[in-house]
Parts: sequence; C-alpha cells; structure tokens
Amino acid sequence: MTLTFAHRVDSAALSRRAFLKASATAAGGLALGFVVPGRSEAAGTESAALNGFVRIEPDGRIHLTIPMVEMGQGTYTSLAMLLAEELEVKLDSIVPEHAPPNNALYANPILHEQSTGLSASTRGFWLPLRQAGAGARIMLVTAAAQRWKVDPAQCTAKDGVIRDPSGQRSLAYREVALAAAQIKPPALDQIKLKAPGQFTLIGTSPKRLEAAGKVSGRTQFGIDAIVPGMKFAAIAISPVGGGKPKQVNQAAALAVKGVRQVVAIDEAVAVVADHTGAAKKGLEAAAIQWDDGPNAQINSQGIVAQLKAGSETPGVIARNDGNVEQAFAKAARRFDAVYELPFLAHAAMEPMNCTVHLRKDTCEIWVGTQVPTTTQSRVAALTGLPKDAVILHNQFLGGGFGRRLEPDGTLLAVKIAKHVDGPVKVIWSREEDIQHDIYRPYYYDRISAAVDISGNPVAWHHRVCGSSVVARFAPPLFKNGLDFDAVEGAAEPPYAFPNILVDYVRVDPASITTGFWRGVGPVHNVFIVESFIDELAFAARQDPVDYRRRLLSNNPRALAVLNLAADKAGWGQTMPAGKARGISLQFAFGSYLSQVAEVAVDANGKVKVERIVCAVDCGIAVTPSMIEAQVQSGTIFGLTAALRGAITIKDGRVQQSNFDSYPPMRIDEVPRIETHIVPSTENPGGLGEAATAIVAPAVTNAIFAATGRRIRKLPIEEV
Amino acid sequence: MAYVLKINGASHTVDADGDTPLLWVLRDVLQMTGTKFGCGMALCGACTVHLDGAATRACITTIDSVGDAAITTIEAIGQSDAGRKVQQAWLDLDVVQCGYCQSGQIMSATALLMSNAHPSDSDINDAMSGNVCRCGTYNRIRDAIKLAAGAKP
Ligand code: FES
Ligand code: FES
Repeated sequence: MTLTFAHRVDSAALSRRAFLKASATAAGGLALGFVVPGRSEAAGTESAALNGFVRIEPDGRIHLTIPMVEMGQGTYTSLAMLLAEELEVKLDSIVPEHAPPNNALYANPILHEQSTGLSASTRGFWLPLRQAGAGARIMLVTAAAQRWKVDPAQCTAKDGVIRDPSGQRSLAYREVALAAAQIKPPALDQIKLKAPGQFTLIGTSPKRLEAAGKVSGRTQFGIDAIVPGMKFAAIAISPVGGGKPKQVNQAAALAVKGVRQVVAIDEAVAVVADHTGAAKKGLEAAAIQWDDGPNAQINSQGIVAQLKAGSETPGVIARNDGNVEQAFAKAARRFDAVYELPFLAHAAMEPMNCTVHLRKDTCEIWVGTQVPTTTQSRVAALTGLPKDAVILHNQFLGGGFGRRLEPDGTLLAVKIAKHVDGPVKVIWSREEDIQHDIYRPYYYDRISAAVDISGNPVAWHHRVCGSSVVARFAPPLFKNGLDFDAVEGAAEPPYAFPNILVDYVRVDPASITTGFWRGVGPVHNVFIVESFIDELAFAARQDPVDYRRRLLSNNPRALAVLNLAADKAGWGQTMPAGKARGISLQFAFGSYLSQVAEVAVDANGKVKVERIVCAVDCGIAVTPSMIEAQVQSGTIFGLTAALRGAITIKDGRVQQSNFDSYPPMRIDEVPRIETHIVPSTENPGGLGEAATAIVAPAVTNAIFAATGRRIRKLPIEEV
Repeated sequence: MAYVLKINGASHTVDADGDTPLLWVLRDVLQMTGTKFGCGMALCGACTVHLDGAATRACITTIDSVGDAAITTIEAIGQSDAGRKVQQAWLDLDVVQCGYCQSGQIMSATALLMSNAHPSDSDINDAMSGNVCRCGTYNRIRDAIKLAAGAKP
C-alpha cells in the first residue's frame, strides 16, 4: 500500500491528544483554542489559548484565526462556516484573521504543519473547527444558565443569542463571554456534534466573507504592504541557474532619478529606489552581464533524453499486486505507450514579492505565503536570529498554486535587505517570476497493459519517471527512494486490475528545481491513466464509458460520478462532424470526479473546448458555490496547461518570459463548465486541485474521438 | 520634473521622470495599491485604470502622456453608477477568488458598460480578453457583467 495524502488524514489523532483551553481576552471576552500536548512550541502555555482559534469579544464580534491562508480557494469562508455551524452564530459575525506562524497552534492536522496545500484545509479542519465551535457554545450556554440558575441542557442557542428554558429571557454571547472564560471547556470526546441532517449552514452557499475588500481594491496582498520609509527594489536573477553577475554598470543605475542603491549578491542584482518605476529603469541601465556558470549547456532535449534513459530502467516499487510478469506472458495482447508532460510554471497573478525590514535583532517580513512556519525557520537560519525574532505578517495571496509553498522569494528579499538600511519591498517582474519559478517536474512515463481476448485489462504496469519534489521539499517523507506524490493517482487508479505494478524512477535534471504545482501527483498521473484506459477501450472496440464501468464494480462512488457526468453530458448522443466527447475519472484528494469534455477540432487541427460537464462527489459539500467555483477554476487552470503550457530550456535559460510566451486562457476561450454535485454524508474531500488534474484526459480523449489523433505528450498545441 | 495628475477627482503633484509608468506612481508614490501589477507589458490587465472613462493599462502609460486626463482607479470606481453596479454584481455572484486580478476586471467591465449598456457575448470578449485571471473566474465574470447590465434602468 502506498502512502498517499488520502491515507494521512489524521484529524482523529488530533482529537485524541488535544484539548480545549479557554481564557479571558484583554477586552473581556472569551478566547478558546486547542492545546496539543507534546508539540514543541508554546504547547500548554497560556499563549496557546490566547492565540487560539476563536475569540468572542464584548463587541459581539467573533474573531477566528484562520490557520490556513486564503489564496482564492475560499478557505476563509468555508472554515468560518465550520465554526459558525456549531457555535450557532451568523456567518457574517465572524471576522477571519490571518494566523501568525506557529506549528504548535496552527498545524494542519493532515499535513502536521502550518502549510496550505494539497487540498487539505477543509479536510484537516473539518473536525477541530466544529469542535471548537461546539465547545465555545457549550461554555457560553453554561455561563448563561449559571446566571439564570437554570439547567443548561434546557437552554437554547441560535444566532449568537442564548434563551432560557421558558424562552422569556435571553443573553447575547457577548454578554456572557467573560463569564464563559471561567468555565472549564468540555473534553473533546464529550462534545456531541451535529449529524449531517442537522446542518443549517454547512451545505448552503453564503457569500465569501472577504469579497467586499476584493471588489473595491482594499484587500491587502503581500505586494501591497506599506511600511513607512520603505524603498522599492527591482531584481534580476542570473538567467542560468548557478550563474553570477559579472559586470554591473552601477554608475548608470545610480544616475537614474530616484535610484538609491545597487545591491549585487551571489545570484542576483537588485536596484533599490524610491519607487518601482525608478528601480526598473535603474536595473535596465545597469546592463548586467552574467557569468553563466556550469549550467549554460542545459537544454530541454538533453533533459528529456536523460529522463527517457531513466524510464528504461526498473524503478522503486510503489505497488505490486498479483503477478504482472506472468500475466503479461500469458496475455492475448499487450499495449505499450510512452507519455510525456512538460515543465510548468505557476504564474500566479500576483508576481513573487516580499517586503523585509531587517534590524539588528529582528527581521520583519510582509509576504503572502503558503508556508509561514517554514519561511520563518529558513529566515532565522539565514539571518542567525532566533525564530521568534522573525516576525512574519502573512497577507492575502494573489494566487498560490504551489508556488508560495516555497520560501525562496522571501530568502532572496532578506539577502537584499541585509544591504539596505530600512524596509525594502522586492518585486519580481513577470519575466523573473516565470524564469525563476520552481517548476512542475517533466515526466517521462511508460505504461503497458495486457488484455484478455475480450479486451479487458488483466495486467497494468505504469512506470513513473521524473524528478522528486518530495525528496527536496520534505526529505523525511521520501522513504526508500519512493516519492509518494509522484505516483499518486498512478498507484491507486480507480479500476480493479488483477495484476498491477507501479514503479518510480527518480531523475533530477541538473539546475532545474521542481516543486508542487496545483494538482500535484494526480495532475500528471490521471492524464496518463485516463488516456491509456481510453486507448484500451478503443482497442477493444468498446464505448469508453462502458469499458470503465465494467472495471468499477467494486468502486460505487467512482461509478456514480462516472454515470452522472455521462448522463448530464448526454453521452452517446451523436455530435456533428469535427466534434466529439471524451471522458475521464479520478479519485484524488479524497474526492471523486468525472468530467466529460466536448471539443471541436477544425480543419487545421485547432482545438476548441466548448463544454465541460463535471460530476463531483467530495463527501459533504460544505459550500456548494465554492465547489462550483473551484471546479471552474481548477478546470481552467488545468486546461490552460493541457492546451499550451510548457516551460522549455535552451542554453540553460528558460525560454518563456511573460504572458505572451506562457499564455493563459482568456475569457473568449473558456468553455461552459457545468458542475453536478453528488449528495453525500461522507466526510469532506479536498477540491482546490481536483479539477485541475482531471481535465486534460477528458479533452485529449475527446480529440481522439473527433480525429483519431491520440495525444501522448502535453501540451496539445505545439510550442 | 513635477507632473500634476488628476486622480479620482483630486490633484496630485508627482516628482518623477516623465517616462515613469503611471502604475508605479499610483502604487508606490501615492500608496494607492488597489491597482495591481501583473505583467508590465499590457498583457494582463491587472493595472487597468480609466483615463477619461476609457480602460487604460497603467503599466505602459507614462505619466508624461497623461496630460490633464481624469484618472479613475478602483478606489473610486464605486462612485460611478456603472462601477457600483459592477461591484454589486461581482458580490452577488461571488466572482472573486484570490481577487488579485479583480480590480482590473472591474475597471474593464465598468468601462465596457459605460460605453455599451447592453453588451453581447462578443462585446464582452472584446472588452475583457485583455484581462487575465489565473484563478479562472471568467464564467462568473461574464455572468456578472450581464447581471450588472440587466440591473441598469
Ligand atoms: S500589469 Fe499592466 S497589463 Fe499587466
Ligand atoms: S481571482 Fe485570482 S487571478 Fe483572478
């Protein structure tokens, strides 16, 4: 059994060890948080409770410190709903607040770290936030009952107001918050949570809590941080990894009006000025020449050749059920294919940036990051300051997609800040952002299947070959040479194969750093598995949906989404010439999805995706409108990459640079996207990335159905 | 030299080179950070402002080219009828995700509705395809523009 994120869902473990701790707030309210004994920092101390999740203040506002960051996925709203459901307050009385870095207080129970990613936020906090809400409600009701000298069990709470058994008297939460702070919080295993049938807020679609600031330009992203006296830096990073600045025309840069300083560090040059306009002009005037270093010979072709060679050797076993070798030997027919996926950049709308004020004994940072605690530790190591002298003000993120799981932008800003007197805001140009990303790995996978005489698969062998993100990003999780993320979606396809072998060959190309990209492992593997299943279906002359159905007899939730998507899309109804449908299916991030794509291919082979129908079973649908938004978002993100996303390397340099050479989809190209949610009482699954992973094979399978052209190498369009 | 810019009804004197893009004057000098930087090359629309009501990319508009045109930014767009309706439609349909592109989207959509009260789908494509949204909010943007147009008297 492979270790996948789905298996690491561990919120029950949190509830076994943790307990609620209450205290009074400075303003005279109730603060309630979790204490997890044994966690390194601040565990069991007073600050644990004071900084905890929830503060109910005498002004009636309920402050919820949101451990996860908001980067568009709607987590501020969805997590607030979990609290409000059990606390019995109106959602709009909750004020979400960014959490400071603190693993002891704010670790995601799945990821064991204060890290926002892997579609783990709702899954991770599903239990703890409802427990916090219920715990606070119980304490508030108890405080009111004590004041009235009645049985708390006979009191009711709704919309932040407690009523006595007669219904005659009422107290608002704010009136008893301070008294409640004196009451011992209930033990977590004594808290009875609502059954799904009793939910009044979960399952509805309230408006996003943070939307008003975002439509009026008031929301502060990292790039918007304003620190009195700050300067602005534009940077150029060596275009070849490992290169260094060789020549910098400092005088020319300093001659530009508003330029204050030129800072050259190992791998980059920064021009510091009164505003970014001057800094950019100064950077251009500096006419930097680079010593490219040892990596100037690297090209995409060489990297692919290296991966191809790697794919020809056996890898580390991720899964080995039955006897694949024997099954292949005896099979009626076999099929073999090679699938390739390119390097990808994240290209979040908010370019990389970071504001730093480095003083003798503190380092203050303003940045939007998915990994506040890692960033804090890495800055502490870089500056030699103790961790709590690194003060990180997390901000709204103008998109993350995995890019902001990396602290490199902050570390670079701190290196520059070491040379600057006072605060400095470092903003990367879009070109720097794309050319110095940490890329989704290039994958070169081999896949083979043996089929019986009726064309059903009897053996399946998928060899994943690419660089290991996990080995670099989280070395302790890279066990026995296996990158569990690289094989996620491959090792456990939704289908029953009597014999299945999945192995992993790690090939890390020199000088190209790879990282998590929205959809992570599944975004590559689902494309391959779902394309190859389609190949087998067509070879067996069977309908692709029927073919899949037969392999899903033990997987009812997968079968249900497949049927729903096919049904809603009108699968089987004839399409005009040049148009066709394709289907795909996945189980990833704890959610089941199936998509049907309708494409039109013109005489020149130009593909237009006209319609996407997506069926989703993500367990309890906490916020259906957010699920629809994430299906649209994920689909468009994945579709952009599938159609034309590719980062290529020539002479050690990334060849793409801005939205002209790394073109995003625009409003005139996007398909209609329909989302159909399967009602469920299962615990919620993740959804921020699922649709990104599923869309490519639906589209390429449709292209095959329309044209007979099988796409085994992404992107679809030539680059 | 000094330039006088009329922004959201107020005059601001700015001492910067004439070839400085308006975007950085707004964001860094005047600390009006609602207007965003996305590409610097008129490829994404994040920096969209209005110059005398016309959607304009502030990242390639130098301050010496503005003259006495009235500059409107996201901070003040809600003061116009069209801007207020667009913002309300955005809220009604919960358009935003990360939100970073949305200042620019709203500025472009408002400029569209100010010149064309009832845009067709292809009018929307023409006016909005310069605005990138990496979160993929396009479907709701289209619906929200139609909602805002329908709400017009
Ligand atoms: S920043 Fe001006 S169009 Fe992209
Ligand atoms: S809402 Fe995130 S880029 Fe548009």
